[in-house]
Amino acid sequence: MSEAALTDTGEVLPVGTKGVVVDFSADKQAFQVPWGKAMMWFFLLSDTFIFGSFLTGYMTVRMSVTDAWPIPSEVFALSFGGEPIPLILIAIMTFILISSSGTMAMAVNMGYRKDRNKTFWLMVATAAFGVMFVSMQAFEWTKLIEEGVRPWVNPMGAAQFGSTFFMITGFHGLHVSAGVIYLLVIAFRVKNGFYEKRGGNYEIVEITGLYWHFVDLVWVFIFAFFYLW
Amino acid sequence: MAQEGQQHPLSIYFFIWGLLFVLSFFSYMVDYLNLQGGLRWALILLFMFLKAGFIVSIFMHLAWERLALKMAILAPPIALMVLVCLMAIEADYTFLTRIVFFGEGAPLPVHH
Repeated sequence: MSEAALTDTGEVLPVGTKGVVVDFSADKQAFQVPWGKAMMWFFLLSDTFIFGSFLTGYMTVRMSVTDAWPIPSEVFALSFGGEPIPLILIAIMTFILISSSGTMAMAVNMGYRKDRNKTFWLMVATAAFGVMFVSMQAFEWTKLIEEGVRPWVNPMGAAQFGSTFFMITGFHGLHVSAGVIYLLVIAFRVKNGFYEKRGGNYEIVEITGLYWHFVDLVWVFIFAFFYLW
Repeated sequence: MAQEGQQHPLSIYFFIWGLLFVLSFFSYMVDYLNLQGGLRWALILLFMFLKAGFIVSIFMHLAWERLALKMAILAPPIALMVLVCLMAIEADYTFLTRIVFFGEGAPLPVHH
């Protein structure tokens, strides 16, 4: 499935643990990927630490307070004239983000096949899903704020619920929004032939994809730890 | 410089995409069916790690990268999990001391 990595002189690099030793002891570069991809991975690692710190802090606070912590399935339930359906909006948001990851993966594939038109529309679709997600998150925020939840107080129980909720979902929503802008910028560049002029290299779509999948990944953790737990 | 643009048949992405929907549905059912206790925790974590694993390895392509990159990406989150364990122990201790020494909220059934 993967093509073998080659040295500058065309020799095949070993794989597995031997490959790790060879890679890290190389004189020019450790990671046999384009520098843009490596840098995006490193940025995502730093972002993992940021979200990891927030989620760990949230865990610590939730475990150590003696006040009752609001039950998420009740707080985030919506009723459409009947019985409140627990977490329905969150389920829809998850569905939307997973759909966007699918369109992104297809966009990356189309990018490597040099199909600029399909790549453009798939990236726009991904961005559209992102906008839908952020809108729904904004709706959740207004609903909670109406019920009196603030970063410093919470009428439904522990005061820390508000600060952890707004901080974590706020940072995530910010990342989604930034991703939407990033996606649209790259999508239009693809459409306008910007990358054709630079040698027809569409790795940038894969790099954008890495960022977008990370945003989905963070949501998987937020969904599990904040809403389901 | 290694060859880039490794392409895999679209079908694998569709399959994993479908799997993510199924796993999300199962995660949602854990709450909808109001499962509690150890079973709830175990299932939430299981589905979460499965989804995360598929997104990172297939969508983010890590399964096909060289081991050096895989290790560089996966080792730091393992360090984070050590932090999580340590903080869980401390949070539990804080909770107990608040009850014992500050006489806080003992009668309330606290939702962990």
